[in-house]
Amino acid sequence: MINFQPVVLWSDIFVWLLVLCAVVFALAVRRREHLRQPWVKLAANRIAMASATVLLAFVLIGLFDSLHYRVALEGKPGQKTQYAVEVLSVLDALATPLRTRNEKTYSEPFATRLYAKETVDVPGQGTVREYPRLKYGGKHLAEHEDEVAADAGFTAFRAGALAFLGWLAVAGVVSGVVGHGEAPGTGWQRIWRGETAFAWDAVLVALALMLLVAVPLFWLSGQYHVFGTDKVGQDVLYQILKSVRTGLIIGLVTTLVMLPMAVLLGIVAGYYRGWVDDAIQYIYTVLNSIPGVLLIAAAVLMMQVVIDTNPQWFSTAAERADLRLLALCFILGITSWTGLCRLLRGETLKLRELEYIQAAQAFGVSSWRIIIRHILPNLMHIVIIALVMDFSGLVLAEAVLSYVGIGVDPTMTSFGTMINNARMELGREPVVWWSLTAAFAAMFILVLAANLFADAVRDAFDPRAA
Amino acid sequence: MLKVNNLRVGFTSGKRLLAAVDGISFAIAKGETFALLGESGCGKSVTAQGIMRLLPTAGRVLGGSVAMEGENLLALPEADMRAWRGGRMAMIFQEPATSLNPVLTVGQQIGEVLERHLGMTGAAATGRMVELLRQVGIADPERRLNEYPFQFSGGMKQRVMIAIALAGEPELLIADEPTTALDVTVQAQILDLLVRLQAERGMAILLITHDLGVVARMAHRIGVMYAGELVEVASREAFFSQPRHPYTQALFKALPDMSRRGQRLTTIPGQVPSLAAMPTGCRFAERCARVMPVCREQSPVWRDEQSHAVRCHWQEAVVDADVVGVGHEITDLSVSAGKEFLQVADLKVHFPIRKGLLQRTVGHVRAVDGLSLAILPGRTLALVGESGCGKTTVGKALLQLIPPTEGSVLLGGQPLVGLRGARLRSARRHMQMIFQDPFASLNPRLRVGEIIAEGMDALAVVGDARSRRETVAALLAQVGLPEEAIDRYPHEFSGGQRQRIAVARALAVQPSLLICDEPTSALDVSVQAQILNLLKKLQSELGVAYLFITHNFAVVEYLAHDIAVMYLGRIVERGRAEEVLRTPKHPYTQALLSAIPLPRLEGSTAVIRLSGETPSPANPPSGCHFHPRCPHAMDVCRSRYPESVDVTATQRVSCHLLS
Repeated sequence: MINFQPVVLWSDIFVWLLVLCAVVFALAVRRREHLRQPWVKLAANRIAMASATVLLAFVLIGLFDSLHYRVALEGKPGQKTQYAVEVLSVLDALATPLRTRNEKTYSEPFATRLYAKETVDVPGQGTVREYPRLKYGGKHLAEHEDEVAADAGFTAFRAGALAFLGWLAVAGVVSGVVGHGEAPGTGWQRIWRGETAFAWDAVLVALALMLLVAVPLFWLSGQYHVFGTDKVGQDVLYQILKSVRTGLIIGLVTTLVMLPMAVLLGIVAGYYRGWVDDAIQYIYTVLNSIPGVLLIAAAVLMMQVVIDTNPQWFSTAAERADLRLLALCFILGITSWTGLCRLLRGETLKLRELEYIQAAQAFGVSSWRIIIRHILPNLMHIVIIALVMDFSGLVLAEAVLSYVGIGVDPTMTSFGTMINNARMELGREPVVWWSLTAAFAAMFILVLAANLFADAVRDAFDPRAA
Repeated sequence: MLKVNNLRVGFTSGKRLLAAVDGISFAIAKGETFALLGESGCGKSVTAQGIMRLLPTAGRVLGGSVAMEGENLLALPEADMRAWRGGRMAMIFQEPATSLNPVLTVGQQIGEVLERHLGMTGAAATGRMVELLRQVGIADPERRLNEYPFQFSGGMKQRVMIAIALAGEPELLIADEPTTALDVTVQAQILDLLVRLQAERGMAILLITHDLGVVARMAHRIGVMYAGELVEVASREAFFSQPRHPYTQALFKALPDMSRRGQRLTTIPGQVPSLAAMPTGCRFAERCARVMPVCREQSPVWRDEQSHAVRCHWQEAVVDADVVGVGHEITDLSVSAGKEFLQVADLKVHFPIRKGLLQRTVGHVRAVDGLSLAILPGRTLALVGESGCGKTTVGKALLQLIPPTEGSVLLGGQPLVGLRGARLRSARRHMQMIFQDPFASLNPRLRVGEIIAEGMDALAVVGDARSRRETVAALLAQVGLPEEAIDRYPHEFSGGQRQRIAVARALAVQPSLLICDEPTSALDVSVQAQILNLLKKLQSELGVAYLFITHNFAVVEYLAHDIAVMYLGRIVERGRAEEVLRTPKHPYTQALLSAIPLPRLEGSTAVIRLSGETPSPANPPSGCHFHPRCPHAMDVCRSRYPESVDVTATQRVSCHLLS
């Protein structure tokens, strides 16, 4: 039994707060028929459900990466327990082989040797320049280095078969639930004829594809570096897994920061009009006319100075990186609320002239009560649409900012830092392509899934589309 | 000329096809006006779109034929169809504001038709355009050709729309509710214009409307539609002297009218069945007062007698006596004229017009400009006038939803203007408002119970949850809705039911005055009758006073005790209902009353036609506001606004003719 001390980073609090909010919101929606309706419509949309399945996989990775702890160091009994400086997460624990089996430097995917020649002392031959064997990649092959393709292919096939079996089991359970209380087999038929209210067929197809790719990949990653290694020999697959959390936090926590501001200011401006409206409009017009990157760069650099001059605030490097990540979220949030605010102001201007608002005013209902009971619920569809659509934009923004060097802490893995590092490697000859490709592919899948989902959400919630 | 045979038009909904028009047949001869009459959702407009082949994307023609001069239009390829649309048949729409393209000049829009159908360009086309605009009665057509639609008023836009429709020299004109969006005086102008143009050109007109008055004025033959089927086809004379289908009879009885004052209006229970749930037998069976078992089993066939065809199992002659017994009666005398409890003196509401960088005020829209009136407890004051005269603003200013610029509003002797906070709230308990659009006046996100309880919460009328629920249920019962409505959402109710909910919400705080802002103008005739009955019943039970803001004179005749006629922010005539309706003294009131198309054979005699439209309240004419349109205008009218004169003890008129 390993002794450990749980570590709660600030971003973890936000992540789990968001999960809590989502659960509470889902429960509230379940009970209200008119709120549930668009979600029911969304659940019947095949593309939405397929992309939601993919997103859910990303979210699960992110959640596993949001439970942090520090391992207790071996100490003499009786002494006060000391904890390791390194903060680990549950994901790190699950992916321990990936995390710990570092090579010396670059190696290609599925390589058994390094990517660069080194001078090696070979007993009996003196010093030789050659590509040295990797410490871990393909170690089990020993002398049969040339059988990589056959070995990997066979392993992948076995894993694929296992994945298929696993999928069949899941599909069987689902069809059992769908056809509950009917003749056996009807559930299965109804799913594939598309007769279920929930788009189970899309979910199952997406799940099948994901399992068929992911299971062989992780199986193989025990023996090879499937996506290669980077400059310091770290496994690229591990970096990708770690980047997911960074991307999700940027995409979600930022909206959490921006939302209260956008909703409050937008509604207040639209409802009260007059000088309040003028003031809020001036603020966002001014904010909008400052080049975004410049503003963010200035804020991030200031934040960096504060962090650097106060090292005593942080007990671990992870905490420092985490604070910088949150600071980035806040800064992005503060600069990106204007669009939604403008939308909500316009909609509120329209709503406040509606007769049910006037009826409420005629009853002498207080302004705040009107805003909360009458205006806010009627704006929620815009908020939900904006949230989902902003998510992918923010993930991309993080990549751009980190690339420019004003993004997350350099010690924190993110898609942006991966791409930034890969930039140097692209200049090499022969070129190191795998880092960039892997980061690109992972981000592409995440953003594509988010965009498809956002499209479907807009279709389901936009009253004009109905 | 046009022969529609067994036309069926449907809409795809998921995998199902729902027939919106189910096998209708009619024919229109040259120079004839055929009116399609029916409530909303009966498939009138879909029929017109099916004839023009302009159905929305989900629409499909399911069967039947549309033949014009022997040519089957439904079989034509789309390219050939374009020569027919606009060329041989043209359409005018309900809303003149949205049927013209705002970024093209009027000339360009007419020229488009001329070029496509007659190949006319250049000077010839311009000449023709000027001629067309002159035909539809637009003054100074050379200049107006180069103007944009926003420079035209509503009635003028509809004239332009007619000019565009006429440009291709069509043989058939389809008019889809051409005057519904217009005021009565303008409606009279447009209807006259259509009649004149038809006489000149020998056009056939397919008129689609829900207004029996317009039908009486325009149609030669009439087809009544119900739930996608024609149920009665008759000539004008036969139709108005002896309607034979129970639906048609009920429609006539549901019309509010002077002669029905004090009686309950006949209503048609229920509503038009939805497309998804059409009954198999007669479609009207569920709502019919004369339903027989056979009605529910088989769809009736046509019975044709002397150009009066009807589709009904019921064969007896018309019974004139009301089947539904005469309900409670309120005669005007039974309400004693007590002490005035709302007094409005010299009320003004001006909206500033701001311009320029610094938003300086450059002028005022005088929406309400010196209005005085008084409301007596338990009586109904109707505030009548055309759109834009400021009636709605009056209602809102009384409730202090819009702060009045000047003047005083006294509620039981207590001034309301300038009240704030708790005192305004307690004053508001005595007045509530019912709005025009029952779809916009209920928050779609709240349950009916919450909506009704809102006012009680805000004004702290009732305490604990149980007694509150009971109160809400009692209110719902009062407006004729079941108790389980409490936990449902507004979208589950029809327009009429929603308006009942709005009434219940207003009644929740036990007001002594209800301001009703056109509460029935968004509803069909049969539903309107239900709401009017309800309002009348509530008045007799609770003794509420109504300020009834409307442009519908039929409703006024039926409901009002007192009438105030408004023109451009001022009251030009007020008095007891009988006085104003029978002996109108102001030329505007006289013109308004004569412009209303009556749903009777004889129609109205000696119609006074007003030229032009209501001027803008931002820039009212000097002197008497009405003088530019007044047939009796004198010199003094142009220079000085007339004082109001007492004609009788109760009737006051502002006109120089009487002073």
